[in-house]
Amino acid sequence: MLLIPCPWCGARPDSEFASGGEAHIVRPPQPDAVSDEQWGRYLFFRENVKGVQRERWMHAQGCRRWFNVVRDTVTHEIKAAYAMGEPPPQAHR
Amino acid sequence: MRYSLWSLLGNAIGGHERWPRAWRSPEPKRFYDVVIVGGGGHGLATAYYLARNHGITDVAVLERGPIGLGNTGRNTTVVRSNYLCDDSAHLYEHALKLWENLSHELNFNTMFSQRGVVNLAFTRHELAEMERRAGAMRLNGIDCELLTVADLKRWIPILDTRDTARHPLLGGLVQRRGGNARHDAIAWGYARAANALGVDIIENCAVTGIRQHGGRVVGVDTSRGHIAAGRVGVAVAGHCSVVMGLAGVKLPIQSFPLQALVSEPVKPVLHTVVMAGHVHVYLSQSDKGELVIGAARDNYVSYAQRGSFHLIEEQLRALLGLFPVFSRLRMMRQWAGIVDCAPDASPIIGKTPVANLYVNCGWGTGGFKATPGSGWVFAHTIVNDEPHPLNRNFTLERFHTGRLVDEAAAAGVAH
Repeated sequence: MLLIPCPWCGARPDSEFASGGEAHIVRPPQPDAVSDEQWGRYLFFRENVKGVQRERWMHAQGCRRWFNVVRDTVTHEIKAAYAMGEPPPQAHR
Repeated sequence: MRYSLWSLLGNAIGGHERWPRAWRSPEPKRFYDVVIVGGGGHGLATAYYLARNHGITDVAVLERGPIGLGNTGRNTTVVRSNYLCDDSAHLYEHALKLWENLSHELNFNTMFSQRGVVNLAFTRHELAEMERRAGAMRLNGIDCELLTVADLKRWIPILDTRDTARHPLLGGLVQRRGGNARHDAIAWGYARAANALGVDIIENCAVTGIRQHGGRVVGVDTSRGHIAAGRVGVAVAGHCSVVMGLAGVKLPIQSFPLQALVSEPVKPVLHTVVMAGHVHVYLSQSDKGELVIGAARDNYVSYAQRGSFHLIEEQLRALLGLFPVFSRLRMMRQWAGIVDCAPDASPIIGKTPVANLYVNCGWGTGGFKATPGSGWVFAHTIVNDEPHPLNRNFTLERFHTGRLVDEAAAAGVAH
């Protein structure tokens, strides 16, 4: 079980949360202007990191707010949590 | 050595101490026509069909550890082809047809048992989906039958079919040609048969780099030195993003843990495979008597080969809702494998942006059943530098053209 530090509710078990996958994926500002190749990359292609990954979580059975987490996908260690729209902590950029 | 009654009797007399090794353990050569990365079922099957179908025997299969200890040794051994989309139906049905003769083909007992795969419906919508799927399967020439609750009660007497059951049933769908096989046997059988045709199976050989020259793959760096290769095929399931990342190729894949558990062995009590997508549990009874029970996958990326405890709780709650008779059964072992999931829950088998580098991944939570078919079409793809008709629509390009094979939407969780 993961103990996920929700910035608003504190540390709660992962069964309360929904994972939103990789964080900081930027939607192309003008979808009409990008090629199918680029649009496919935005929609579907992921780093799928083995190691430290920045990802989005939503406290689905709590405050229902989104936030970002830095987590190791091998050890499951959670290194940091930070708000949506904020840059990742310096050590994990 | 050919396995037969006579070889068994002869070795019984010798106290079973003179069986030859089933495959050699060669030092890697410095060059191979084809290198397959990944010694699971899919990689070994690919090597076998490269040799058997295409006469290409200068092949090495590189495996980080011993063969067959990844997802090939971790799945719940279900084999079926009850898919909705035509593309999937044809691919999995081709695999199922290969399964039906595989023990003879490989001279190795895969313990393939066509005991039937039953899907249960608990809602009107699930029943409607099953009727639609049954229609699609029939049009694709695949066997299936819709079952009423009375049929289910007769077919699986221990299933709680009462109106007052925790999960009242509305019906089911059975594919009688589906069933189970021995998961280890598929790795060992393909390894032995490929070895007999001249393929080198190189265990304990981790790939650490993929070398390119002018946009073309020229070999792999491994923990046992550099191996030059004419062509490289990658079939490493949960680690496909990591290995393809060595070549700078990004994939539309995320890796998740998928769990299963087995009970203590009991006398024969369940003679078919039962899948309940709505409450999310599926099970069969192994020849040893253990119930082999599959669960949902965790919904966050992980390479840890362990799953969440709350999924076990949900899985067993669903199990006991369907089969109250198992309430005092004890569970023996639990494990997880890392499954490579594509957004449309369909595999990716094809070329990559790097010439002569091919990828076979995205089998997600249901790759075992496809092993023979996957090897068959991947070998074809590598040899011809273009997909087989069966995997023509399963290439990477679909994530740019938008022509997905959306089994995720079509058939929900049961993959």
